[in-house]
Amino acid sequence: MPEGRGRLKVFLGYASGVGKSARMFEEGSRRRTRGEDVVVGAVQPKSSAEIEQLLLKHEIIPTRNVGARSVIDITAILLRRPQVVLIDGLAYDNPPGSAHDARWQDVAALVNAGISVITSVNLQYVAELQDEIAAITGKRTADTVPKSFLEQADEIVIADVPAEEPRLSRLREMTMLLAAEVVERQLQAYLHSHGIEEVWGTQERILVCITPRSNARQVLESGKRNAGRFHGELFAVYVRQPKLSAEDQMALEKNLAIAVELGAQVEMLEGQDSVDVLIRFARERGVTQIFIGHSMRRGWWNQLRANPVERLIDSAEGIDVRVFPQEPR
Amino acid sequence: MTEARETHHGRLKVYLSYAAGAGKTYRMLEEAQHLRELGADVVVGYFEPHSRKDTIAKTEGLEIVPRRKVEYRGTPFEEMDTEAILLRSPAVCLVDEFAHTNVSGSSRSKRWEDVLALLDAGIEVWTTMNLQHLESLNDQVLQISGIRVRETVPDWVIKQAAEVVMVDVTPDALINRLKRGAVYEPGKAEQALSNFFKEQTLVALRELALRQAAHEVETRHSELSAVSARSVDRILIHVTSDPATAMLIRRGHRVSDYLEAECFAVYVCPVADIANLPAGEREAVERHLNFARNLRIETRVLNGENVAECLVNFARDQHVTQIFLVNPKSTARSPLLKRDLVSRVLKLAGDMQVIVVAERRLPGIPVAASDS
Repeated sequence: MPEGRGRLKVFLGYASGVGKSARMFEEGSRRRTRGEDVVVGAVQPKSSAEIEQLLLKHEIIPTRNVGARSVIDITAILLRRPQVVLIDGLAYDNPPGSAHDARWQDVAALVNAGISVITSVNLQYVAELQDEIAAITGKRTADTVPKSFLEQADEIVIADVPAEEPRLSRLREMTMLLAAEVVERQLQAYLHSHGIEEVWGTQERILVCITPRSNARQVLESGKRNAGRFHGELFAVYVRQPKLSAEDQMALEKNLAIAVELGAQVEMLEGQDSVDVLIRFARERGVTQIFIGHSMRRGWWNQLRANPVERLIDSAEGIDVRVFPQEPR
Repeated sequence: MTEARETHHGRLKVYLSYAAGAGKTYRMLEEAQHLRELGADVVVGYFEPHSRKDTIAKTEGLEIVPRRKVEYRGTPFEEMDTEAILLRSPAVCLVDEFAHTNVSGSSRSKRWEDVLALLDAGIEVWTTMNLQHLESLNDQVLQISGIRVRETVPDWVIKQAAEVVMVDVTPDALINRLKRGAVYEPGKAEQALSNFFKEQTLVALRELALRQAAHEVETRHSELSAVSARSVDRILIHVTSDPATAMLIRRGHRVSDYLEAECFAVYVCPVADIANLPAGEREAVERHLNFARNLRIETRVLNGENVAECLVNFARDQHVTQIFLVNPKSTARSPLLKRDLVSRVLKLAGDMQVIVVAERRLPGIPVAASDS
């Protein structure tokens, strides 16, 4: 975080009424008691009695109303220069003629100007999730926030309450997984910036070894299914072999196309010793399971002296190896 | 392996998080106060104040069932008085620290067993737990934190919960609370900051907690919608006396849980009766079979000298699709024999998936006692 930048903290919830706003205003109050200079830059059009009560403790810089839209008053906030501003509701489009098209851009400007922002947002307003959400709720929303903006937040916290309806449960699950993704990025960033060896084990990562002759579809489909169940990542890796026959080249391309079709992250690796190359890649990416198909029991692995599957198993310290049947069933 | 949730009369609600001081108890008490205002009959069955002022304040006005005082080897202990709660028979009972182990000599060895007794009596129970106490995550938590958590709760117990609520807080906020002395007393706080409360550990545990909470939500609503096709996968876990077996059982169990697969734990006994094994070996095997049973995995003991053949034949008879074996590198003894087993199973089980499970790599963190 560059010097002079504010911090962005986001309270994320799967629906309205899960307590995002209350938690945000409560945190604002706690910060005030600890001596931080906190103001409120936006409140929701309709507030519950609980929120009204919490708002009594806060200084409010009212939003400007332009037509039917309310816009946070950036100029007033910048003039007032608090340490922290609370913005209840991040997903609002600004009316034409505003400095920014959307409120999240206003928030970014405040953060850049050195003011910390605490804000609340409902999962249903995340731009990239609109298709998935429409499939669940049948509704889309016009005012959205890009996922990348949430991913840049210094902190993201979910406000969680149980959901009775299956439809809401699905949104609740998506909220938790989105937060987990953001946390994963933060973890990687933290480890890199502190030069700490990776801590893996938070997420399943499956690596499928691709060869020209392997029964790639079966193995990849299983990889996809497992990765899906665990909400993990799927890699498909091919270690380049010299002098492939035209037939093998075609078969390989077909297999790689299947990997792409199934949404795997496809990687082509180079190296003398395929086992070493695979293991090194697996280590770097925090792979937890290696899937290998039947042809690896033969084929190009023959060039290696020891049984390659056993060599792979031997080298796979900390990683599970899943060997697939020789014949498709 | 989604066995149908057992029909206890009482509902179970779990407040889940990833560290002490996250606010689980506070949140639970806050909701209990709200319920009491609505006129519900709520009592506190067990509350761990940890001298946290804000949390203690939240108990005001709530009826607290006095703890049971016990003495063990000259030291006084206090435990939840389950019998007194059963007599009092409230509508809702709050029970802190679900994973707690009762002092020796208690009628139930685990607090979660006390809770099951309350549920059986038709009492609704709210409880708190950190995900590092979930049995199936034990190895991952060790990998992340360097700490082997001893007090665990089997996954099937959490599956009984009608509701799992994630109490989320950022590691930053948590570390601040700790530094302000809001979680532990000063001496313990410093110790915690250098052990468990390291930022990267907390961030990783939080991610694990969020993913687990998502899984809990998913399994509950997928049951409701009943759209998830029944899995055809059947998993066999090979049990031996080797200490790595515990890790293998957890791993196989976790995969079977996520794939909704049936699961067996199988020991191949080289002699006619398990009782005739050398004492040390017999105890280890029985411990592992018992561990599997506690996780509600079906166990079998087969007789035979050729382990690979026995396993694969049984697997084929039972329509097993995946065989879980310990990676020879992770085994404590005779890696050569193990390697031989893996390669023979690979050869024989041509029509099944064989999963060779390796002990997770550990970060260079010293092992310390964990507590919440």
